Amino acid sequence: MDDLYRDYILDHYKQPRNFGELDPHDLDAHDHNPLCGDELGVHIVVRDGRIAELRFHGQGCAISQAAASIASEEYVGMEVGDVGELDADWVLDLLGIPISATRRKCALLNLKVMRGAVTGDASWPE
Amino acid sequence: MTDVATTTTPVLDVRADFPILSREIDGRPLVYLDSAATSQKPEPVIQAMDDYYRRHNANIHRGVYTLAQEATDLFEGARERVAAFTGAETPTTIFTRNATEALNLVAYAWGRRNVGPGDVVLLTEMEHHSNIVPWQLLCCDTGAELRYLHVSDEGTLSLDELDAELAGGRVKLAAFAHVSNVLGTVNPVAEIAARVRAAGGLSVVDGAQAVPQMPVDVAAVGADFYAWTGHKALGPTGIGVLHGRRSILEDMRPFLGGGDMIRTVDWQESTWNDLPWKFEAGTSMVAEGVGLGAAVDYLSALGMESVRAHERALVAYALERLAEIGGVRVIGPPGAEDRGGVISFELEGVHPHDVAELINRENVCVRAGHHCAMPLMRRLGVPATARASVGPYNDTSDVDALVAALVKAKKVFA
Repeated sequence: MDDLYRDYILDHYKQPRNFGELDPHDLDAHDHNPLCGDELGVHIVVRDGRIAELRFHGQGCAISQAAASIASEEYVGMEVGDVGELDADWVLDLLGIPISATRRKCALLNLKVMRGAVTGDASWPE
Repeated sequence: MTDVATTTTPVLDVRADFPILSREIDGRPLVYLDSAATSQKPEPVIQAMDDYYRRHNANIHRGVYTLAQEATDLFEGARERVAAFTGAETPTTIFTRNATEALNLVAYAWGRRNVGPGDVVLLTEMEHHSNIVPWQLLCCDTGAELRYLHVSDEGTLSLDELDAELAGGRVKLAAFAHVSNVLGTVNPVAEIAARVRAAGGLSVVDGAQAVPQMPVDVAAVGADFYAWTGHKALGPTGIGVLHGRRSILEDMRPFLGGGDMIRTVDWQESTWNDLPWKFEAGTSMVAEGVGLGAAVDYLSALGMESVRAHERALVAYALERLAEIGGVRVIGPPGAEDRGGVISFELEGVHPHDVAELINRENVCVRAGHHCAMPLMRRLGVPATARASVGPYNDTSDVDALVAALVKAKKVFA
């Protein structure tokens, strides 16, 4: 089996969870990885301070899209305020694959977009 | 005897001249297919720069001592050979940092004083960011309108559309690529330049992809400015070239001010040095000039007709072999005749970034992304492409390695 393109990564890439659009929504953000053109947006519905529903949309490589799909399952149900506390290692641990320096931004794009939507901080997660 | 212009088999065998290509990674050879991004360097270029620093290094145009004279002669001698290589005159061959700076030189030093509200700056949809952004800044500063010639689905421009744009009578300047870095399209630059000129406009050609791979005679192209860069033409980074029409260059204000570009400096004003030094402020990239001189010597010895024939044969072979892999869609002109040594493609179901990652495991180096042409990507309706590009040092085994790696990559995503 491939170290990077594991079955679950390819599964999430080919059948991404929580992808599409949500209207109306309470929070949104859209961003891209200028290096490779990966693009990701998010619509979030908040209920009682928690992320009740969320949809990503965009296009990109297997790593960026699978990472968004895998992380989306964690974001749903999370307290909105907690999203701003998540860091790069949270995403990388979640993915469980060796991410090289050149692919790091692909993996982190979903968290960048989420933090942008929730806190307005659009910097790259560290 | 084989006519190099029509041969269908690669004619060059020079891989051994490029030290980096003997490098192995994980016990396997490098398959370098990213020459459109930057070329590898032959031994004579590396040696010329090494020799310059070991034996001749001094500042140029100033010192009276022997070393300074040698350095000056090496640098200016390189300029003469670079000019001759592209059919240009030496005094109108200006060294810049790269092609981007050459284009900016025109946009700032000519554009800011000659372009105004109501004027049109005409580009094409296939330009590299380096031939878009300087003109956006110019239009933003001057109130001129930026317009684009469309690219057809086969990656070509329409001369009829050009005529229609020129008929409006407002085109002050047109800037266009000689060869597209994404599509590989070879544009009819002489024809475009002639029509722009007849309509009273200035033409600027981005020749960054053309000069490394085909015979280019800037006098025959007939544009007012022609920009290219050393590092894509087997030379070092840090040196680009701007060829300009003498009468325009003489009337222009300098781009950057500083040492070397002046004749006299007084408290309030200065007078300018002769061409080309009027446009070369500060200490020049001397070693890089020497390196570029060695690069054009090397290319001249190969013969640019042979380089073109070699790369065209490789591209034809690659187009044939890529078609054998199901699911590969090649972007740009369908035939090798109409394109340079660049093949952008998509592999169905696999994002270009993943393609590049997977084939890198076989040491196959290709570029993936938007290739500094985001507007063109939008026009083509793709987020990104993978791009393989060849140089004189590639052979059919490199293409075979690419194809084998793609077949393997496809299996991972199957």
